[in-house]
Amino acid sequence: MKADEIKALLNEPACAHNAKAKSGCARPKPGATQGGCCFDGARNALLPIADAAHIVHGPIGCAGSSWDNRGTRSSGPTLYRIGMTTDLGEMDVIMGRGEKRLFQAIRQAVESYRPAAVFVYATCVPALNGDDIEAVAKAAAVRFGLPVIPVDCAGFYGNKNLGNRIAGDVIHKHVIGTREPACKAGAHDVNLIGEWNVGGEFWNVAPLFDELRLRILCTFSGDSRFAEVQTMHRARANMVVCSKAMLHVARKLEGDWGTPFFEGSFYGIKDTSRAFRDFARLLNDPGLAQRTESLIAREEADVAARLAPLRPRLAGRRVLIFTGGYKSWSIVSAMQDLGMRVVATGTEKSTEEDKARIRALMGPDARMIEDNDQTALLRVFEETRADILIAGDRYIYPTLKSRIPFLDIDHVRAIGYAGYAGMIELARNLDRAIHSPVWAGVRATPLWAA
Amino acid sequence: MAEITASPKSLSVNPLKVSQPVGASLAFLGLARSMPLEHGARGCTSFNKLFFMRHFREPIALQTTAMDQVTTIIGADDNVVEALRTIAEKDKPELVGLITTGLSETQGADIPRTIKAFRATHPECDALAVIPVNASDTMGCLESGFALAVEAIIEALVPEGRRKIRRPRQVNLLASSMLTPGDIEEIKAWIAVFGLTAIVLPDIADSLDGHLIPAGFSTLTYGGTHPADIARMGESAATLVIGSSLDRAADRLARRTGVPDYRFPGLMGLAASDAFTGVLTVLSQNPVPPGLLRQRAQVQDAMVDCQFQIGGTRVALAADPDLLGSLVSLFQDMGAGVVAAVASARAASLADLPLDRITIGDLEDLENQARAEGADLIVTNSHGTEIAARLGAPLLRAGFPLYDIYGGPAQVWVGYSGTRRVLFEIANLAQGHFRKIAPYRSIYRGEDRHA
Ligand code: SF4
Repeated sequence: MKADEIKALLNEPACAHNAKAKSGCARPKPGATQGGCCFDGARNALLPIADAAHIVHGPIGCAGSSWDNRGTRSSGPTLYRIGMTTDLGEMDVIMGRGEKRLFQAIRQAVESYRPAAVFVYATCVPALNGDDIEAVAKAAAVRFGLPVIPVDCAGFYGNKNLGNRIAGDVIHKHVIGTREPACKAGAHDVNLIGEWNVGGEFWNVAPLFDELRLRILCTFSGDSRFAEVQTMHRARANMVVCSKAMLHVARKLEGDWGTPFFEGSFYGIKDTSRAFRDFARLLNDPGLAQRTESLIAREEADVAARLAPLRPRLAGRRVLIFTGGYKSWSIVSAMQDLGMRVVATGTEKSTEEDKARIRALMGPDARMIEDNDQTALLRVFEETRADILIAGDRYIYPTLKSRIPFLDIDHVRAIGYAGYAGMIELARNLDRAIHSPVWAGVRATPLWAA
Repeated sequence: MAEITASPKSLSVNPLKVSQPVGASLAFLGLARSMPLEHGARGCTSFNKLFFMRHFREPIALQTTAMDQVTTIIGADDNVVEALRTIAEKDKPELVGLITTGLSETQGADIPRTIKAFRATHPECDALAVIPVNASDTMGCLESGFALAVEAIIEALVPEGRRKIRRPRQVNLLASSMLTPGDIEEIKAWIAVFGLTAIVLPDIADSLDGHLIPAGFSTLTYGGTHPADIARMGESAATLVIGSSLDRAADRLARRTGVPDYRFPGLMGLAASDAFTGVLTVLSQNPVPPGLLRQRAQVQDAMVDCQFQIGGTRVALAADPDLLGSLVSLFQDMGAGVVAAVASARAASLADLPLDRITIGDLEDLENQARAEGADLIVTNSHGTEIAARLGAPLLRAGFPLYDIYGGPAQVWVGYSGTRRVLFEIANLAQGHFRKIAPYRSIYRGEDRHA
């Protein structure tokens, strides 16, 4: 990929965060860099397409320590969980045999696993060697008679966020609009963009869509199938599920097909209800609006009743949130729903728009932590006298080593927190973490030393 | 003599192999106040860090030179210098392992020149040891990357020449990547009961065993071999080498110091354990302590108890070469048959294993061979979970990574008590999957039974 193409991807017009320098896009600092590369981000975004083969083109470094490490779940095919890589060796690199090997690899994947489509991820070494994966993909698609989608996402192009964008760009360019939905459903067709079904959490929410007679044409990309992604252009409304990186997919669908969209989240009671209301609003159907209101009333009453015993145990507890990006505000709102006090939130990957939302939620004095340094974060925890830290998996062990209660909110977790039911799960886990007798046990001085 | 065949596939499916930089980084994680620095783009390091975190359930010290679009094209020497300076300032380690990756190797990184540039421009960092390792991920596997790093550490920290002082009760222990923190702890205790002390290189038992420290969190390793101790390896009475992957490192240590060595391909099983104990009696001039004899008697008892379950079992193994070799001898000692053996990469030691055939391949190869051979026990890392489920056979988890169990790295496989533990585990797995005879209902019998 050329430098100007990367730049273009990083520019999201009409997005508030472009007014200022983009914190997520700065040059990484050698010796003090955390976080994944854009191959990581691109594969995260596409891997949940469960019936596709996902081939990592590169030496073993890229796939060897990272395959099958996602929490995303499928209700059907499990092909996406089969790790595939061209595993380039010394000779392949020196002799420039990468492209040939890739072609054969695609053949092998097609012959042994009959995928609905093949995604090919180009990584650093083949990108440096100038492998033309676009050409290989084209030739393979013709030869084997199925879609072969090249994803040009060498890690050195940039961070995970860029990878998300590349993934969105790829499906817009190569996949969406290449097929029509099989039949009309007698329901409104909608898409969810940027929902990954981590720990199966979307299944907490999916039945409610059925009840409202909203047909999900596709979730991009949690528990999706390739054929569904192809039909995304036919939706009547799109929801971007708390993901700035996927915003441009929705924008392009709006531009190309006139599909309206909104941004929302399924974390927290208020946000979940708002999401359903937004669908009703965009679809402009009074009957749907009515169904939506009665569903919300019922679900909110139900969740309130089930949360009642947990509330006193959580109310007033101080939370430090460090997730970065969209989750920084969506989780803030969820915590506030539980009556907890968010004392600070991380904004490492957040955009200006994310930050504006945080201010709206937490007040103008909201403490935001830009630095992703673990030691600094633990210091803020002490300063703010927080009771629990909510963060991504990178922070789990530093936090536990410090004998501090922790809740994992990242993509590899196995527990789902979305929707009304997810809220109860979240509250239960927070309660368990904060009130565990273990903390006192590991902080106590033994008798003989007292 | 085993025939070694490389899988002819262009696509590696469900990879068994983990890259050399991961192995090299692991070796540096066994040193005190150390920071491995991978010279490449940020993504590999992020993956590798997560990989270790999920396996050890520990914070992991690991950094990257963070090559980007520009530096990948024009040269990333400045990144290395900047990374070293940043780490020296921020984390203050005593030692940095500078590990190349496929990207920096392909790009043509000149590490010696870069280190020279760092030394010239940053004299304030003179106390920081920088140990370079070339570990491209286009070759080898975790085990070989680990071995390369051990070799580099010896080269950098052990002074050349025979030492005047000899410490008759001090031994060196070179520990291959197949050994868990639990294993190394066991071996240290084993050596200690003979009145000897060991300098372990590298000692991941001290750093990655999982223990809380009063300070809470540290950005560097939580323990490990101290560089000053490594410098004294030349004063030891002998070197004990566990794992054939460390042969070259052992050669180098022997050449540099003249310390005699004893090499063991592995320490699983009674015979291998006896060999090690035997050497310890010679080195210490002590008889075998009663406690150890008791453990030996216990493992003998476990062997006779478990042979019903384990003998005749058809086992399919996939691992890095050292671990594969150890497991082969463990199972064969018990009368089990190894019906499929897959190694992640080539190694000299493989050819000597008493098997007909070894495949250099992936977990798809393991699955296909295990199915064809009707294996009834699968032994590999956590990635084998679904494979074993598909095959309807139990899984014994071994190797890297172990992400779906707690305490994997704490498990002991070596020595008398370790072998005994593993035998029980295997026998229990086999018993749990015992194929019962299906009931037969006679076409003639019936009416009266329901009367
Ligand atoms: S940074 Fe490059 S080499 Fe490393 S994992 Fe990402 S794509 Fe692969």
